[in-house]
This record gives sequence, C-alpha cells and structure tokens, in this order.
Amino acid sequence: MASHTAVATKAAAHSHPGYGELRHHFESHEQQKDSATIGMWVFLLTELMFFGGLFLAYFIYRQWYPEAFASASNKTDLWLGAFNTTVLICSSLTMALAVHAASKGKRILLVGFLVATLLLGGAFLGVKAYEYHDKWVHHEIPGDHFECEGCHDEVHTPLFFALYFGMTGLHASHMIIGFGVLLVLIWQAWSGKFTEKWYTPIEMFGLYWHFVDIVWIFLFPLLYLIDRTGRSLL
Amino acid sequence: MTTATPPVKEPKNYLNAEHGLRSWLLTQDHKRIAILYLIAVSAFFVVGGLMAVLIRLELATPAGDLMDSNTYNKVFTMHGVIMIFFFLIPSIPAILGNFLLPLMIGAKDLAFPRINLISWYVYMLGGTFGVIVLLSGGVDTGWTFYTPFSSSYSNGYVVLTALAAFINGFSSILTGLNFIVTVHRMRAPGLTWFRLPLFVWAHYSTSVIMILGTPVIAVTLFLLMLERGLHIGFFDPAYGGDPVLFQHLFWFYSHPAVYIMILPSMGVISEVISTFSSKKPFGYTFIAFSSVAIAVFGFLVWGHHLYVSSQSAYAGMVFSILSYIVAIPSAIKVFNWAATMYKGSVRLEAPMLYAIGFIGLFTVGGLTGLFLAAMGLDVHLTDTYFVIAHFHYVMVGGAIMGYQAGIHFWWPKIVGRMYPRAWATVAAILTFVGFNLTFFPQFILGYLGMPRRYHVYPPEFQVFNVLSSAGASVLGLGYLIPAIYLIWSIKNGEPAGANPWGATGLEWQTSSPPPTENFEVTPVVTTEAYDYTALTLTTQEVTHVG
Repeated sequence: MASHTAVATKAAAHSHPGYGELRHHFESHEQQKDSATIGMWVFLLTELMFFGGLFLAYFIYRQWYPEAFASASNKTDLWLGAFNTTVLICSSLTMALAVHAASKGKRILLVGFLVATLLLGGAFLGVKAYEYHDKWVHHEIPGDHFECEGCHDEVHTPLFFALYFGMTGLHASHMIIGFGVLLVLIWQAWSGKFTEKWYTPIEMFGLYWHFVDIVWIFLFPLLYLIDRTGRSLL
Repeated sequence: MTTATPPVKEPKNYLNAEHGLRSWLLTQDHKRIAILYLIAVSAFFVVGGLMAVLIRLELATPAGDLMDSNTYNKVFTMHGVIMIFFFLIPSIPAILGNFLLPLMIGAKDLAFPRINLISWYVYMLGGTFGVIVLLSGGVDTGWTFYTPFSSSYSNGYVVLTALAAFINGFSSILTGLNFIVTVHRMRAPGLTWFRLPLFVWAHYSTSVIMILGTPVIAVTLFLLMLERGLHIGFFDPAYGGDPVLFQHLFWFYSHPAVYIMILPSMGVISEVISTFSSKKPFGYTFIAFSSVAIAVFGFLVWGHHLYVSSQSAYAGMVFSILSYIVAIPSAIKVFNWAATMYKGSVRLEAPMLYAIGFIGLFTVGGLTGLFLAAMGLDVHLTDTYFVIAHFHYVMVGGAIMGYQAGIHFWWPKIVGRMYPRAWATVAAILTFVGFNLTFFPQFILGYLGMPRRYHVYPPEFQVFNVLSSAGASVLGLGYLIPAIYLIWSIKNGEPAGANPWGATGLEWQTSSPPPTENFEVTPVVTTEAYDYTALTLTTQEVTHVG
C-alpha cells in the first residue's frame, strides 16, 4: 500500500524560532495550528449540544405553560440582567482585542486586554452571585422551601426557576472555568510565552469565550425579556 | 525494574522503550494509553460479567432463592451500567481505535496526546465513582434511570451513579474529538479519504456520534442529579415536570449510543473479512458511507423506545419508518461482507471465525430489531425478554464478537507475539455456541410473555431459563479461555512478525510491536486500500524491515 521509497519529511519538523514548541507528532506548525482550531470547533459543537438539552426543555415547557413562565419571568431582575449582558458583550470585545494584540505581538497590550476580560468576567459572576442570593432570600429556588408570591400556576412555576438555575448555572460554571483559564493565560502572556507567530492558546480561548457569551445572548431574552407582561419594561 | 542488561534481541518498541509504573501512568503514547484502557476496560468487563453470572444463577429456578427483589434490581442495574458505560462504549474505540487509528493513517500519534491521556483519567474517575456505588450498595433504577422513579423513589445511589456516567461521558467526548481531528489533519501524504481503511471510516462516524450525542446524556444526567439531589425538578410531575421528556432526552443519546457500540465493531469486521478473504472489500464506498449513514440516521430513531410511553401515534409512525430506514445501511454492510467472502480465498483463522459469527448474530439481532420497530408488535414485546435477547444479539453477538475478532486480529501487532491458534479456534466456537444457547431461548421467553427485570417467574418458563443459564456458562468459558491464552502469549507466544496475516493496512508495515514513533519513516501512500497485489510484492521487503 505504501511505497517504501518514501522520503522523510523531517525537514519541517525542526522548531522555528517564534513558532512555539512543535510537538513531536506534527510535521509542521501549520498542521499543529489547524489541529487545534478544528479541535476547538468540534469541542464547541459538543458544548452546543450540551446546552441544547436545556434549551429544548425550556422551549417545551414554555410552550405548555405560558402563563406560569410569564408570571415567573417577572421575578428576574431586568436591570441586573441587562447590566450583565452589557458587561459580557464588552468582555467579548476586550477578548477580540486581546487576540488582535497577540497577533501583532504586543505583549503589554495583550496582558491589558486579558486582564480587562478577566475583570469584566468577574463583574458578571459577582452580579450573578448577587442575583442568586436574592433568589435564595426570596425563596425562589425550587425545592423544599420554594414560595412564589403572586404566581398564577403554583405547580408549573418552579419549572421556570429550575430552568433559570439550570441554564444560568451551567453558563456560570463555564464562566468560572474561563476565569481560571484566563488567569493562566495572563501569567503566560506576561512571561512572554506568546509571539506574533504563535498565540494559539489565546485564539482558542477567544473562541471559547465568545461561545460562552453567545449562550448568554440567548439566555438573557429567554429568561429576562420575553413575556414580562405584568409590568412595563421601563 | 532496573535490569542491568536489557534483552539484546528485542528491537526498541513502545513496550520496552521505557520502564516502570510512572512511564505508563504519564505516557502520551497512544499505544500505551490503549493498553491502559485495555486493562481498565477488561476489569469492568469482569465485574459486569460477574453480575451476569448472578442474574443467570438466580433465573435458573422460578423462585427467588438466591436474592431478594431489591438485590436483584441492583444486580441487573449494575450489570447494565457497567457493561454499557464502562465496557461497551469505550471498548473498541478506546482500545483498538486508540492503538490503531494513528498507525492506520501513518501518523506518529493522535492529534492531542495529552487529551488522550486525560480521557483515560476521566474514565478512571468515572469508574471510581462506579466502584464506590457498587461497594456502598448499588442502585436499582435499571441502566435507563427513568424518572420519576430514579429521581424521587429509588433507594439506591442514583446521584453517584449518574455522576459516574456523566464523568465517563466526557472521556468518550474527548476520544471522539481526538479521532475527528486526527482523521482530518494527521493522514500520511497520499492517504486520501477514499484510501482510508474502513476501520477508520467506522471510527470517524462513531466519533461524530460521541461528540454530538454524549453531551445530551450529560445534560440529562445533570438535570437528573439536580432533581434527585436538590429537588430542583424538571421531570417529576410533582415538580411540574414531564417524565416523558426525560425518556426523549435519554434515548436521544442512548439510541445513538448503540451505534457507538456497534459501528467500531463493524469497522473491525470489514478489516478482518477482507484480510482473511485476501480480497478488497466488495463495495468499499458503500461500506464507508453506510457508516456515515448509520451515524446520521441513528440520531432520528430514538422514539421507537417510547411507543408505549404516551408518545403520539403519528410520532410513532415517523420513528417507525426511520427505524426501518436505519436498517438499510446495516444490511448493506452485511451483504457486502458476504460478497467479499464470495470467491475469496477464505482462511478460517480465529479472527475470521469471530467475524463470521458476528455476521450471523448481528443479522439476527438486526432483524429482530425490525420486529421491535413495528409499533403494533412492539406493544406485545415491550419490556419482555424478546427485547433483552434482541439487544444482546446486537451488543454481545455483535459488538463483543467484533471486539474479540479485533483483539485476536491485532493482538500479534499489539504484543508482538502470536497466541495459540488452536485454542483461539476453540474459544471462538465456544463463544458462538454458548451465546446462541444463552440468548436464543430468550426470544421465545419474551414472545411467550416473560417480562424483563423480574427474578421470579411462572414455572412453565423454567426450561428456557435453564437452557439460557447453561448457555451462559459455556459463553463464560468462551471468554475465560482467551483471557488465559492471550495473557500467556505476552511472554510465551511465538514472535509474530510484522504482518502475520498477510494484511494490507499501514499498521502491518511497521514492526510488531511498533516503535514508539510508529514508523521509521513517514509512509507515503500511493495506492488504494486493500491492494493485495501490491502486498505480494512488498511482504518480503517488509519482513526484513520488521
């Protein structure tokens, strides 16, 4: 099947300065970069299906119990949700700028944008924690102590909150993981690990961060905006 | 392990490249990771098998004399959970796929060796939780975890078991991700998609199911854990939820999971049948695309598990038709394997015997699947031993026979030594006979109306149950014998040489066991796969290299 007169393609296997480490099993930096990129997209596909199950549950139950969902969604804090949406969109911007700075080989700028992303992500998580605490205080966490004042449908209202915590909880756990990875990347960027020729981890993390952002872009309208018929938006 | 003089005769290979436990536990070599998986997966097979022994012992008599109902529930649940999540799903992909994929495509390793190692540790972590459940008293929900029984009423360790399966899922996602990237980006020069061995096509299709299906069971189990552990409910009507939604989500993964188990096996069979017929597989592209078709259509048939779960009759019809459609690519494979053997020079070596057994048993399993896809008949057969017999024909007669075929086929490559072939022939025949004796009577039992998951049954069913239990002991022997001679052969077998079977794949062109970097020189592929004419020219040359 294979010809044994094959010429070794070892020439490409030597490391070029600035390209980072070429792992032993790759023939070229291009192949290594491509593999990482495809791998990341495949991973995001997996993530899409992961969240997909929850979105499916949301759509089905919302279709079945519109009144319960309408009255329950009034319990979410529109302004905190909107604030967090803004914060997260800004963090996506700083992340994109970080990737750009990396591609230009600007180390200080890269670190700066990564830190900005970290701070914005931290702000998001802080607000989210406050919201959770608020729900806790008001007994709006489904389970044994659940109470819902002024809710129409006592049987199905907890479903909304279960989905709220399931969806935002899964999203927040992705933010926390991202937060941890960012810390590592900042340290690596500071110590000059990335060059304009090799910044694959920054780029891959950018994809991840944008994905987590996009999930929130869907969560915000579904959980905070739709059907707030009980009171005016402003 | 500090031998002063290493054996001079053995050339450097992946097994003797380094020594000591540390060199194994921290390895990033796909071949060594495959061995790690082999050991762990085999251990779970033994545990799951012991559960099967208990089940067959109990069912030998109509009365519940060995254990009470509660224990019996736990035993069949652990049998299912362990065999499905910890044995069948990782078996061929994580062991043979891991070992062979890079070799077959002329690569030095998978695209992400570190992720490959991590996937094993994730598997072990999930497995640890599985063992903890087992030791602390088990779980009694059945492997299907149906709500609200699992979330509100069960007495077992549901959260821990769900967590075990949840964690384990990530191991299979990581493996699938690695395989996909590897097939896309690591192929040797000249190795186009349509020159790939069919084993690779099968694993690629399997990987697609792994990365798209597994996250759905993960989120479903996550919701189950929330409901059970924190009473944040999604499925129990007491919390406002719908238990049927759980079944939809569960089977959205768990039906495709059946194809995760059978597709790699089909890949093995394609290789084995071709090699031992010394003939290019009949209809290469059909076999390749039938794998892809199974992966795609496999996602659209889950509703046939819900004919009696309040699913609408119209939805049922659609799922019924789709379930018939998914039988077509499977049938294409069976016909093409048969056509490959036709006028080939068939050699009945052990791997071939297993492969031929696979074709017969899988055909029975597949055809009885059509019975169950028929809505009217399914109402009669649902939750009877007919279902048990059907999926054991597919999973044991299919997936495990294929696994056995693969292990026997590639064992000389993996350890570099040949096992005693006569014993392997005996084992293959015992497995086939024992299997049929075990599971064929269950078709009859089920048709007559014996329900699954009960340990007490009317005396008129005893004849078939005794036949089944007797068959199970023959089957057990069929698994025990290979375990002995394969381990024996590691030290005592005859050196196998690079290509003992006269096979064509790239993996046979490197020495046995392969060196750590797989190939001395990156191979360049100039011909299509399964070119047996080219083989006769190069074998001589290859054995010198080996």
